Amino acid sequence: MKRRWRQFPVAIGMLAPSAIILGVFVVYPLIHSIQLGHLRCDATGTRCRDGGWIQYVDVFRSNEFQHALFNTIGLALMTVPIGLALGIGLAVLADKHLRGIGFFRTVFSSTVATSVAVASLIFFVLLQPEVGLLPHLFHGLFPVLKDPGLLRDPTTAMPAVALSSIWASLGFTFIVITAALQGIPRELYESAFVDGAGGWTRFTNVTLPMLGPTILFTSVVLTTRAFQAYAEIALLTGGGPDPERPTQTVAYLIYGQNSLVKNDIGLKSTSAVLLFLVLLVLAFVQFRGLDKRVHYGS
Amino acid sequence: MAADIGATETTHGSRKFGRYVLLVFVAIVVLFPIYATLMQALKSGPDSIDHPTSLLPINLTLDTMRAAWRIGDLGRLLLNSLFVSIVVTIGVIVTSVLAAYAFAFLDFPGKGLLFAFFLATLLVPAELTVVVNQRTISSLGWINSYQGLIVPLLATTFGTFLVRQVFLTVPKDLREAAALDGVGHFRFLGEVAVPLCRPTLGALALFTFLGTWNQYLWPSAIITDDEHRTIQIGLERLKTGDVDKLNLVTAGTVIAALPIFIVLVAFQRQLVRGLTAGAVKG
Repeated sequence: MKRRWRQFPVAIGMLAPSAIILGVFVVYPLIHSIQLGHLRCDATGTRCRDGGWIQYVDVFRSNEFQHALFNTIGLALMTVPIGLALGIGLAVLADKHLRGIGFFRTVFSSTVATSVAVASLIFFVLLQPEVGLLPHLFHGLFPVLKDPGLLRDPTTAMPAVALSSIWASLGFTFIVITAALQGIPRELYESAFVDGAGGWTRFTNVTLPMLGPTILFTSVVLTTRAFQAYAEIALLTGGGPDPERPTQTVAYLIYGQNSLVKNDIGLKSTSAVLLFLVLLVLAFVQFRGLDKRVHYGS
Repeated sequence: MAADIGATETTHGSRKFGRYVLLVFVAIVVLFPIYATLMQALKSGPDSIDHPTSLLPINLTLDTMRAAWRIGDLGRLLLNSLFVSIVVTIGVIVTSVLAAYAFAFLDFPGKGLLFAFFLATLLVPAELTVVVNQRTISSLGWINSYQGLIVPLLATTFGTFLVRQVFLTVPKDLREAAALDGVGHFRFLGEVAVPLCRPTLGALALFTFLGTWNQYLWPSAIITDDEHRTIQIGLERLKTGDVDKLNLVTAGTVIAALPIFIVLVAFQRQLVRGLTAGAVKG
């Protein structure tokens, strides 16, 4: 007992820097946002009154929030499965002892060097209908590339954002899954081979189950990224094209240049807290749903 | 039997060939955006949008890169990003090591409570905190300042837990024996604990550096002047409505990605370790 108190000062001294930063910039904002989320302000954002807890329900049920949430889910439904499938596919493809395989691995990891902003600007130029390279090469196949352009057509704008986003995170997915593949004991493949399992059977019965924890981790990261999508929207579409605004995500609804709630600290906080709750529920569901099917090895 | 072996070998050979074809095809698709961007960035304005020549490595020039550098003031942006990222990285290493030490080696009242407090912060996304942090930074008078960009990022629970995992592998007896010999906590930290987790610290440093460098929402929330703009939010200035000047954007992205590319090539091992740290159970 005495020793515990003797170590108290040094422990507090060591924890103080982290605890203060996390307290002021993570925990306080969380608590304060929940309080601010009650406020409803006038157009100038200066005079606010208490709207009560009901404001959370009102905002959640509002057309704007529902629309943004719908768009965000749409983005995640494209980026998560396709991103995962491509990552697994590329990792399995490059998981062979072949001459020059190191080169291919480097190529497949390379997009990890591009930030979301850089990747988005690369695709912004590539997809530009007047002078972009992709419209020039493929407009015969897909006229929409030139008229009005992938990012300007309401049906293709979000898939185009997803394309840029999938490409940007491919390097990350590839590296994580490659590392996990290398951790699978070779004997498992050998005994499956001896049992007469073909390539596809080995993939579904050995590779996929052994990748379980990594797939779970990667899908949670990719989902979180999709639900936090901001930079790619700001740089590629600005939430547009108007008036449908099919790429208006929840994060962009809150923080975007032409955000409806820009000057309303109350509604801004309400939406941010709701985004947090949605992410929390999603992470929980993913862990519960996938954890049962995940094989953690021994 | 012999015929069988021969047969498997030939299928093996053609399979190998098929795999190479697939690998090359996928590599071309993945690299295409980077290659096209690089080529456009290395051409003068008209050449970069003349598509038959835009993909070929002919008439290369650094004029566009120079123009982007000058017009976008990219030197300033890169220095800002570099400065902020380095300071945050050093800060996170220091705060993580200290907090991890307290959690792993010390026993004190309120430890469980503090641990839960740290754990809870893992759940809170930046997208939630920006609204309030913007106000906090504003009331501190730190809008458009380096402090504003740096201070909120100086501690992470991820870093603390990562280092703590390594510290936990140190036998308790070792610390107790050292204490009996009169070795204080800070000496034990510097001479035993930190050298043990050097590889983990390498991964944490690289990860923190990249994460800070890639920040977008936070800088755009508190920086409005040219003096403190980082490269990620500053690149947008090259994006004008003028389609003839789009190759300035490509040049800008190349200049912005190049330092990170070099860092990643130099620290490949730490990158893989860092990215997989979250994936392995522990």
